[in-house]
Amino acid sequence: MSKHLNLTLHVWRQKNAKCDGKFVEYPAADISPDMSFLEMLDVVNEGLIRKGEEPITFDHDCREGICGQCGMVINGRPHGPKERTTTCQLHMRSFKDGDSITLEPWRAEAFPVLKDLMVDRGAFDRIIASGGFISAPTGSPQDANALPIPKENADLAMDAAACIGCAACVAACPNASAMLFVSAKISQLALLPQGQPERYIRVRDMVAQMDAEEFGTCTNHGECETACPKGIKMENIARMNRDFIKASLTYRPATGGGGVG
Amino acid sequence: MSVAEQSIAGAEARGHGFLASSVGRKIVMAATGIVLFGFVTVHMIGNTQAYIGPETFNAYAKFLQGMLHGAGIWIFRAVLLAATGLHIWAAVSLTLDNRAARPIGYRAEQNIASTWASRTMRWSGFILAVFIVYHLMHLTIGNVHPAFDHTNPYANFVKGFQVPAAAGFYIVAQLCLGLHMWHGVWSVTQTLGLVHPRYDSLRRNFATGLTLLVVGVNISYPIAVLTGFIH
Repeated sequence: MSKHLNLTLHVWRQKNAKCDGKFVEYPAADISPDMSFLEMLDVVNEGLIRKGEEPITFDHDCREGICGQCGMVINGRPHGPKERTTTCQLHMRSFKDGDSITLEPWRAEAFPVLKDLMVDRGAFDRIIASGGFISAPTGSPQDANALPIPKENADLAMDAAACIGCAACVAACPNASAMLFVSAKISQLALLPQGQPERYIRVRDMVAQMDAEEFGTCTNHGECETACPKGIKMENIARMNRDFIKASLTYRPATGGGGVG
Repeated sequence: MSVAEQSIAGAEARGHGFLASSVGRKIVMAATGIVLFGFVTVHMIGNTQAYIGPETFNAYAKFLQGMLHGAGIWIFRAVLLAATGLHIWAAVSLTLDNRAARPIGYRAEQNIASTWASRTMRWSGFILAVFIVYHLMHLTIGNVHPAFDHTNPYANFVKGFQVPAAAGFYIVAQLCLGLHMWHGVWSVTQTLGLVHPRYDSLRRNFATGLTLLVVGVNISYPIAVLTGFIH
């Protein structure tokens, strides 16, 4: 059995969106290296509750790295030091005994801190609602071969669709830009035939909503790609830019009188 | 907080215009960037004639002055002024947005993928803007030049760089140009969507190669004068 860890946490504590926050130091004693990062926080919280103190609030849900709920900046890196790993899938064996760990919420004007390490990512929901869908009647699935899709496109679309919307890209970006997220949501549809009818109106709508949410803009640092737990590529941002250029050059203002034959 | 917090901006926001949108301003940045690094490349190539001799160099200057009966150089200047103005406008406007997008920073910030060049674009750009003004006053207008002679650009070039402080500032500015171009040229391909896995290494190599060439040759001019190779 491996040695247990004794750590010092510096945690951002903030009562609600209106209050100012501050860092508070907590010891995390006797932590098993086999614990996940969130289990370590659970243990710290149990101690706080026993002492009658307010536990540290953080977002989490599936704890198996697919829901995108958990997320905090651990020692300056969203989701911590391991590549392609969400906070819930990060294990304490990634840390050494005596380590000091700074925990901060995602920092972005578009993501107000609700409490401690939990932020409101509603901005992402509104970006999706502004165009991240296809307007097609659902129903029983059609025959898989009825719609030919090149294997390469299917793969690239699937890679883009791996985005879990955790917002680590925004947190990692020095400009708090959401372009990796938005471009993944645009690309997963732009690469497939089902996404074509609304392809160019979608890119303009989603970029407009992204701007309205007051995210920053990409300066091609590449921090987002490194932080992304699902390996979303910056190639998606280039695709979004390309589609935006085409959409801006070719869109027709609505006339209201067309299409009646 | 934004108005959008409660609502989907929708069609009215979509119509808010190319220049108001984040991606639109980035495209302005990239397009004007192409004009500017295209210019510095041509400028560098033209100036290599200093190594041939005073006659060739002065004849080249005369040719530039005389293009399209003297209108050519003003067309060039107008395009460059417009490109520089738009480039600075886009940079300032996007930077202000980016600052506002993260009002509270991180205590333990870590940069993994970004480069020193990418993080100092604002500084290298600012120094270049100052340098451009100085460069024009030094070798075009001549009011900060020790012995300016409108009829002899080669002599201006040699005498200008014989002042070590001036030559030093040129060298510093060229190093800034190198940082700015190295990230900028690569960024242009990303912003304009010129991305494909087959050409990814080419994008980086093109930025590196062009930067080394332009900066290397440009720095050689003040060094050649200071060491007496050009006199």
